Amino acid sequence: MSAPTLGAVWRASLRRELTLIWRSPADIVQPLFFFVVVVSLFPLALSPKPALLALVAPGAVWVAALLAVMLSLDGLFRRDQESGALDLLLTAPVVSVVPVAAKLLAHWLLTGLPLALIAPLLGYMLQLPVAVLDTLMVSVLLGTPTLTVVGAIGAALTVGLNRGGILLAVLVLPLYVPVLVFGAGVVRTALDGLPTGGLLAVLGAILALAVSLGPVAVALGLRISAGD
Amino acid sequence: MWKTIKRWYHQLGSPRYFYRFCEAVLPWLVPVSLALLAVGLIWGLVYAPVERYQGDSYRIIYIHVPASSGALMGYIAMGVAGLVALVWRMKMAEVMLKALAPFGAALAAVSLLTGALWGKPTWGTYWQWDARMTSMLILLFLYLGIMALQNAIRDPRQAARAAALLAVVGVINVVIVKYSVEWLNTLHQGATLKVVGESSIDASMKWPLLISMAGLWLLYAANVLIRARTEVLSRERRSGWVRRLVRDEEA
Amino acid sequence: MFDPYFDSVAAFIAMGEHGFFVWSAYGLSALLIVTNMLVAVRRQGRVRAEIARQARRDGARTSPKAGTSSNSVESNQ
Repeated sequence: MSAPTLGAVWRASLRRELTLIWRSPADIVQPLFFFVVVVSLFPLALSPKPALLALVAPGAVWVAALLAVMLSLDGLFRRDQESGALDLLLTAPVVSVVPVAAKLLAHWLLTGLPLALIAPLLGYMLQLPVAVLDTLMVSVLLGTPTLTVVGAIGAALTVGLNRGGILLAVLVLPLYVPVLVFGAGVVRTALDGLPTGGLLAVLGAILALAVSLGPVAVALGLRISAGD
Repeated sequence: MWKTIKRWYHQLGSPRYFYRFCEAVLPWLVPVSLALLAVGLIWGLVYAPVERYQGDSYRIIYIHVPASSGALMGYIAMGVAGLVALVWRMKMAEVMLKALAPFGAALAAVSLLTGALWGKPTWGTYWQWDARMTSMLILLFLYLGIMALQNAIRDPRQAARAAALLAVVGVINVVIVKYSVEWLNTLHQGATLKVVGESSIDASMKWPLLISMAGLWLLYAANVLIRARTEVLSRERRSGWVRRLVRDEEA
Repeated sequence: MFDPYFDSVAAFIAMGEHGFFVWSAYGLSALLIVTNMLVAVRRQGRVRAEIARQARRDGARTSPKAGTSSNSVESNQ
């Protein structure tokens, strides 16, 4: 019996992961809901004055998106660990990076991407000028995959631990800082009317780094948690 | 020379040899480090001239800079140890990883506290989100994260390997964080009364600073050796040499 | 270079009216560093004692005639 090709494994894994998430709509809706609710808290907590809100908006939207991604990652591997699918994945005669990468992509497509798509609407609600909204969307679009990958490393290391959720936050939030700084920063730069190309390139570079090395780290993290 | 380094590396990889190494080194390492620290601090506090713009509060530098650099070096060392632990699965690298964290975290905290206390008389505020302080705060969180992770996992080898991966990822992050926060601050010029410029620091201030730094780094090394030695004993408690050692000590 | 910068001990402590900041900084630093060293040493003692206790128990178990009188009175749990 010949081993399946990497391409076949990739396609099969991606299909499986997308189906699994799709079958559990809560996994898609909850992060979105969280995102909207948290963004709505800012005008209530700070001030509904338009001028003030617009200043706070980039950071508020970004923090909310970041937290939404982080929360969605908490259970990323739990279901598979409980069902035993995780062990199968690790012992299968295939480089485990491929199914892991497929899982991350599926997760981002159904959680991170929706966040990016409704971010402009939320930005508008926080009184951001319309001209800036596309930059907001692009920044969240470029940032959320990085957040997904880096967060998944933390999720892999904490899978099956008691109070894993809090520990995940402690581990992962410091790692999120650069993406947050540049992501919110590029929107603020656009607000000031300055050119954003350089910062978007930086976000893109971080994304490239995360996507190329991240899945390997996640797979390694899963191995470590399985007792190697 | 490479041969001796290689031999040294292999020998220190053995827990038993490492234990003997600690026994030999610690009795002089601790006094020497304390002496250097004392000399550097007393020189800086009592004898060094005052800084023109900041007044005597600048003397905090003699503990602040050694602590900051120590905290940073410690984390990089943890990253290296983590890499060795993951790639070569060296037991001693796992031990070092665990041993480096607590004192590094303490130094990061010292850096933040002394930085704040230096900032108040200098810039009028205890805290500023400038590049250095923010990076150091993130570094403290990274240290605490490593310690929390090791605490949460019961099996010591799994805990060490998990921490190793986190340390390697963390080191990459430390570099990127530095750039991100520096960029953030170029937007805010603010009252950037720079610290006594690194390159133009006066000789009479440079020497006590360097001596204090040497003293504190050596003290860090001593702390690491003590903790590593304890960890080695704990991990190897079932082995013959540990039992013989303890029995001989009891006699 | 070898005469003190300060004219008097009082001046030294005052640190040109920045005394509070300087001494708090050094005090807190000393506290953190010394505590850290002590914790490390204390933990070392604890682990050693634990291993010694375990070794004694194993020794008493395997060789009935071995062990001092204090050992044989010690309860095994």
